This record gives sequence, structure tokens and C-alpha cells, in this order.
Amino acid sequence: MTTMQEVEMISLVIDGFEVSVPKGTLVIRAAEKLGIQIPRFCDHPLLDPVGACRQCLVDIEINGRAFPKPQASCTIPVEPGMIVKTQLTSAVAEKAQRGVMELLLVNHPLDCPVCDKGGECPLQNQAMSTGQGETRFEGVKRTFQKPINISSQVLLDRERCVLCARCTRFSEQIASDPFITLNERGALQQVGIYENQPFESYFSGNAVQICPVGALTGASYRFRARPFDLVSTPSACEHCASGCDMRTDVRRGKTLRRLAGDDASVNEEWNCDKGRWAFKYVTALDRLTTPMVRNSDGVLVEASWPEALAAAAAGLSTNKSAVLVGGRATYEDAYGYSKFARIALGTNDIDFRARLSSDEERDFLAAHVVGSTSTYRDIDIADQVVLVAFEPEEESPIVFLRLNKAFRKRALKVTAIATKLSIGVEKLKGEFVKVAPGAEASALSSQTLTNKSLILVGERASESAGLLSAVAALAQSSGAKIAWIPRRAGERGALEAGAIGNLLPGGRPVSDAAARVDIAAVWSTQSLPTDNGKNANEIIAAVHSGAIGALVVGGVDPLDNEASTQMLAALDKAFVVSLEIAPSAVTARANVILPVAAVTEKSGSFLNWEGRPRKFDAAVADTHNRSDLRILSMIADEMGRTISLATVTAAAKEIASLGRWDGVKSSLNKVSVATTPSLSPNEAIITSWRRLLDLGTLQAGEENLAATSRRTVAVISSKRADTLGVKDGDRLTISTQLGSITLPALVEEIHDDAVWAPRNSRGSELLSQLGVAHGAVVKVAKA
Amino acid sequence: MPDQIEPITPREISVNDVPFAQVEQNGPKGFFDQLKGFWVTFATMFKKVNTVQYPEVKEPTAERFHGRHQLNRHEDGLEKCIGCELCAWACPADAILVEGDNNTEENRMSPGERYGKVYQINYLRCIFCGLCIEACPTRALTMTNEYELADETREKLIFEKGDLLAPLTQGMLMPPHPMYPGMDDSNYYRGEVKGSHPSQDINK
Repeated sequence: MTTMQEVEMISLVIDGFEVSVPKGTLVIRAAEKLGIQIPRFCDHPLLDPVGACRQCLVDIEINGRAFPKPQASCTIPVEPGMIVKTQLTSAVAEKAQRGVMELLLVNHPLDCPVCDKGGECPLQNQAMSTGQGETRFEGVKRTFQKPINISSQVLLDRERCVLCARCTRFSEQIASDPFITLNERGALQQVGIYENQPFESYFSGNAVQICPVGALTGASYRFRARPFDLVSTPSACEHCASGCDMRTDVRRGKTLRRLAGDDASVNEEWNCDKGRWAFKYVTALDRLTTPMVRNSDGVLVEASWPEALAAAAAGLSTNKSAVLVGGRATYEDAYGYSKFARIALGTNDIDFRARLSSDEERDFLAAHVVGSTSTYRDIDIADQVVLVAFEPEEESPIVFLRLNKAFRKRALKVTAIATKLSIGVEKLKGEFVKVAPGAEASALSSQTLTNKSLILVGERASESAGLLSAVAALAQSSGAKIAWIPRRAGERGALEAGAIGNLLPGGRPVSDAAARVDIAAVWSTQSLPTDNGKNANEIIAAVHSGAIGALVVGGVDPLDNEASTQMLAALDKAFVVSLEIAPSAVTARANVILPVAAVTEKSGSFLNWEGRPRKFDAAVADTHNRSDLRILSMIADEMGRTISLATVTAAAKEIASLGRWDGVKSSLNKVSVATTPSLSPNEAIITSWRRLLDLGTLQAGEENLAATSRRTVAVISSKRADTLGVKDGDRLTISTQLGSITLPALVEEIHDDAVWAPRNSRGSELLSQLGVAHGAVVKVAKA
Repeated sequence: MPDQIEPITPREISVNDVPFAQVEQNGPKGFFDQLKGFWVTFATMFKKVNTVQYPEVKEPTAERFHGRHQLNRHEDGLEKCIGCELCAWACPADAILVEGDNNTEENRMSPGERYGKVYQINYLRCIFCGLCIEACPTRALTMTNEYELADETREKLIFEKGDLLAPLTQGMLMPPHPMYPGMDDSNYYRGEVKGSHPSQDINK
């Protein structure tokens, strides 16, 4: 079967030049192919044509018959024998464009000096290129109230709007969030908001970026800079595993804004509001600047780098040590941790999963994820997508946009195996398979898929025993592809770099002697540890039992773990070397603190969920902060067990020289499903996920962004609501032995046995307040 | 061929090889020529003296002399600068730095939405060309005739907003304060605000 169909090409003449383009191409794009720029505002390659601004008028003639009037080139597909004359060759088109520009400017205010778009404004530029210098308009310009807040983050200035409908089309066609619309008619037509509905969109920043005038502006960039002030660096987003291409704009050493980059195979031209607006943490957090060492009195004091490195090396040399690295490390940094554990510490006790995890997951990652080649393209061509323990809009927003695109363009069938119906799945009109928390595996097994289907598995799958085994079994029986989509940007990279006990870099199983020889040769070492290493929970237990005496911890929040109290106690007990950007629960318990560079201050790469490298350079050049890799290399030198990874380039080169493992992958041992607990009437099974905008550390200092987060609620089914006598908005208390939280109740589509609350939102920090997040029995009562 | 120039290798050039011509030296002038020179000196003694005893005596400059900049105010004391950075953009010497910010009801420095929060001119760089003055959309930036711009340190020659702002004159109030009641920013730009209103004095 061929998937590529022969594309019919059509030849036409534009301004006297002949060009061949695929059938269905718009005239404006055919002209672009020749390098002929037709002015435009409403036209956007990723939005449906609308012909709203009329700026792109051209003269068109087909087979000798001319259109009586100039036509909008952004709405007309090419035809054979078409002869197009743009403003360059046709006086009629030129005059028409000039006239449209004059009309657009009639009501446009002359406030360019105070407008954020000034200097990078398509209207400004095209008024210079195709407008006329003088206005003939002598009346009074239409005015509106100056900026109104669409949300705390987006401001709308209706005077400046040219009614191109880019923003409204974006909200409807790409995000499926109706947050903005066109109201009224004629001269009073204006962009408006849904005043009676709460603003809920994770993608509103894109509307700001594609606005061709200064009608939509971002509150946090308001009046901050002009384009000539900014130094732009291509970068990658560090917030999630979607792997968006980004542009970071810095003025005088401070990041002022981030824009979505243009990568057709990943994020197209979009990104989410978190990626766009959560960047102040680099300066908002109280950054660590100098190394600190705990002295003999048990007090942390500032130390010089040589002192701190010596103290770290001494502590790590004299104790049996392990490594805990969070999911936010870059690929190269993760490789540094991986090599440091194996060579400097001589152990496989390393785990990047600073979250709820299981051994089943570790085996699943080694068997089915490392080296996997599922991509965004698989979403585009899949006949069905099954979401397993994965909530795309909240956990990987660009995956959601891709699913939404496939749903809108070709009615992609989406099936969500979930405990609660989510807003995202509703927008995708997905089939919602309602399950009790912990019972996902059996519901999944009853799905029938084909070899063109795709199973998107979230990191939360590790929270239900047997679920990942069921995923693997279903994929094997149906031939469907698996894509594992973690939440954090660094997890896939850490997996490929071997920052986990059972894998060496490049997906080489530790248990395979040939794989160990491969690595030992490149690392010039005699031997590598052969055991499968401990996972994060086992490492913590080993600290308590005394088997491990020292920990190297980088970018881990103990409160992300279910056993957070044990973890904190373990950090108190062990000799801890902490590599961090800001003070945290770990640094408070550390023996040696080594400050590291934040993402904007270093170069490197992330691997997104596809395993695609997302390289970035340092956006802020003049900081003295070093990357984790460099610091680990210095500790290793101090210990006399060098890992020779002084620079990111050196690490990247070494990773490239290692290549991928082409041998046998380890297999996944089937794990059986846990039995569902029986519940008394006042009990429920807790289920949760993290929302995109929540209390995450990387969103620190972004009040405007936080104000657009979704409402914190506890969700119960209507049956339970009846039993408890609870209505929407009543307060509901969820409690465990550890503690309790009280939230407004929301009655929604959710399994009758379950109660849902956001995992890490204001007022609902489940892991620290309740100590459970999924599958455990909690008490539910009306407050 | 004339258009083919043979390159000279460095070895072929030597200082000693470069020919030089003997320049003819004039001998001593005649008596009459010397007398002519002394006469110029003598005659000048009876002409009007142009020298001014600066700094004790200071002559006014030409009316349009490009001197130190000034940030002007509206008649009620609000700043004219809106922080648009067009002056910085126009500056060929990169001598101006501006950072804008939001005007709020509690903290209004200028009419309209935006004001200049940071305004610096580096007089070590400024070439007094006046392109910034041409660029200013609100006539906030003009040049005075002040020319005494010398100091001991580089830092002192970076003038801050406070150094550049025009002094308050009769009828002006020190911002921040609200706009003239009943007027909006376009009234200000049209020059319809002629002084402050008692209600604008928020310190009273």
C-alpha cells in the first residue's frame, strides 16, 4: 500500500514568471514561492483562509478571461492557465492595495510610539511599503476604551484592531478555546470576549504573537522594550516534553519574553502559555550564587569552589553513594550524572524519576521506550489514538494541539482511558472510557486497535500496577505503536543517557555484558557495575538502613514523591551534595551546595518525547554559573576518578560516538493488576493529575500567568454527590491519615468510586497534604 | 595588460629603496618682507578684542546651539516623555537608554498609558546631532544651550532622568499626580492643558 499519493502540479504565471505548485495552493503562497511578497494581514499558513482584511488584492486572469475586479489572493486556489499580476506589475492591483491600506488606517490610532508592536508591526511595515504618506481622512477616528483585559495575561486594544480574525480563528480552529470572538457589524465591528464565561485557555499567547497589529498584547511584556533592544536566541522550551522550538528575547541580561519558534514537525508555530510566559523563575527565585558547605557545627557557610569541591569529593569517596537527578536535566547533564554514578561512584544506583514511579515502569522504559521512534507524524497518520494515564492538554499541550488538528481535519478517533472526563478530551470529542483508579489495565485490554493506531502513555501509568504491562501486551497483539510522554522536558533525555539503574547510555541494558563492554571501551574504564541498581524508593530505603551513606541530588523536589517524609528524613541522614539553582528542601538538608546554571544560562539540548534533540544556546551569556555537567566533572577530578566531561560539546561528542544499542532489549515481565479495594460509603479512591498552570517551581514569580490557571475543585460523580448531599460549589473535605484538604465540589463525569483533585494546585497539594495521589482510599465528606 | 596589476611581495619593499626628493629650503626673508609681518601685529592692537575671559565671562550661544538635552513637562507638571524609545532608536551614537513602564492611577507620571521609567543619556557618546529631538513624537526631548559638559568621571557624564527633567515652573505640580480633570491624553498633546487644577494636588 502506498501512503504517498501523486500530487497534481499546476502551472500558472505570476508577474510574468511561470511557477508550478501543488493543486489547492493559494495564489498568495504560489507568489511566495517566487519570492513575490503580497502584503497581507489575515492570511496565516496554519489558519483557514478567510479573506477578511482585503490587503492582498491582485489582478487575476484565467484562460484569457479576467476577473472584473481585483481578487484576494489569500482565498483563491491556483488554476491551470491562471495569469496573476500583483502590485509589482499591475497598476490596478497596486491602487487597490493602496486604497485598502488607506481604509484600514482610517480608524487605526496613531499611537505607534506607545504601542508594543511598534518596530515589528506588519501594519507599520506594510503601510510604509504599500500605503501612502498622507491621509485624506478628516473626520474623527472611532475610539474605544483603551486596553481591556481578556485575561490577566492578555490585553485587548480594540482601536488598533484591523479585524483580520487571526485571533478568533486561532481560538476556534487551533486551540478550540472560545475565548475571543468578533462582535457587532460594520464600522463598530470589534473583537470581544465572552464576558459571562471564565477565561480558560492554555494557548492565548499565540493570539498575541500572530496579531498583525498591536491589538493584542501581553501584560508581562507591556512597555518593556523595542525590537532593537533585544538580543534573540533560538532556544528550546524547558517546561514539558513537547519540545517546542522557542525564541528567547533578552535585554541587558534579563529575559523579557519568549516566543514560539517555527518548527513544522514539532510545534508548528504554536506554544502554550506556560512555555511563553513562565520564565521569570530564573530571576524571581532567590538564586544560589556561591557554594556552601556545612561546617562542624552543622551550619551551612559560604565556601570557595575548591573548598566545596574538596568537601563533596571527600564525602562521596568515604561513603557508598547514589544519585537522584530530577527530570529537568538536559540530555548532556543527564549523561554527566549517568557517567558520574558509574565511574566516580562505581554504582548503578541512579534514578531520574523524581516522582511516583515503579519497577514495572523502569522495565517498560527499557523494553519499549528507549530508542523508540514514535513521532508527532504518527499522530497525523494514526487511525485511532488511545490516551492512557495521559491528559494531553494539561501534561503536553502541543500533543493536544496535534490531536486537535487531526480531529478537526479528519475526525481522528481519540479514546481516553481515564478516571475523569477532562476538558481536553471533551474538546477532542473523544470516547471516554470511564474506569476506577487502578482499574485502567482491564479497560485497556478490551480495546481493539490496528497496526496504524497509536497508544499515548503518560508518566502516570506507573501509578497503576499492571497498566504498563497491559499497554505492552495490547501493542504487541494489535501492532499499534507506543509513545511514552512524560511531563518533564528532561526525562526522555535522561532515559537515553542512562540516568537510570538498569540502562547505560544509548539504551544499553546493564545486564548485557556486550553492552557494558561497549561503554567501558568509550569510557576507558576496566569495569562497570553489573547489578540493575536501585530505584529512587530503594535508594531512600537504603539510606535509612545505612547501606547508602551519601547522595548526589540535582533538581529534585522531595515533595514530588509519595514518601516525601521518608525522603526528607533520608536527606537529613545522608551526606548530601546538592546541585541546585535556588534554595529548596534539599539544599536546606545538604552538606555541600553547588550552585548551577539555569536553562537560559547554559547551552545543551533536551530530547522531547519523540527522542528528537532540541538544541539550545545560552540566551543570557554573561553569567558565571556553570552547568551540572561541568561541576560533576570537577567533583570527579577531585575524587581522582575523572569523567572528562568539561564542556557540553565534549559530552555531546561522546554521546554521538557511543551511538545507539543495536542488540537485544531487555523484556518486560508482566505485572499483575492490583485488586480494587472495597469501599464504604464515605470512602473514595483518589485520582489526580497535575495541571499545566499550578504551583510548579518553574512558574515562580508569574502572578499574571497564575491568575489564568483553572479553578481548584474536587470532582465527584453525581451519584456520590447525591449520597453525600453535595451540590456544585459546596465544600468537600478529602482526608487521609496524614491530613485533609477542603475544596469546592464539582459534579462531573467521573467514576463513581473516584474523587479527583488537582495534584499540585493552590489549596490542593496532594502529595504533601494527603501523601497520596492516585489509587489510594481516602475519606470524603461534606465540609 | 593595464588591468593586470602585479602584486608586490613584501620582500621587495624596503625603506631604503624608497626614493625621496630634495625639498628646496627658502633662505631668510628680505627686510621689506619682515616689516610687512610686523605691521600686521601692530595694526591688530587697534582692532576690537574677540577674546572672552571664560569662565569669568560667558557669552550667550547661538539661539539654536545644540547643548544638553532637557525632558520637558506639560503645563501641569506631568512629564511629556512617554518612554517610546524613538530617541534611542534614532540615536546614531547609541547614547540614549530608555525603559518604559505602565502609568497607573496611583502612579501617573505622564498622560496616557506609558511613561519613561528609566531615561539616560551618555554624554561621552552623544554627538549633539539632534536626531533624537526630531524623533520625539511629544516634544518631550529638546536641547538647551548649555554646553558645559565636562567632568572627572565617566559615571557623572551619564545623565539620569532626574538630571535631564525640566524644573517645575509656576503652576506645575510634581508628578505623580492625576491628569487634569475632564482632559485626556489627546487634550494634553493638543496643548489644551494650560496649568494644574487644585484637585490634581494629591499631597494636599
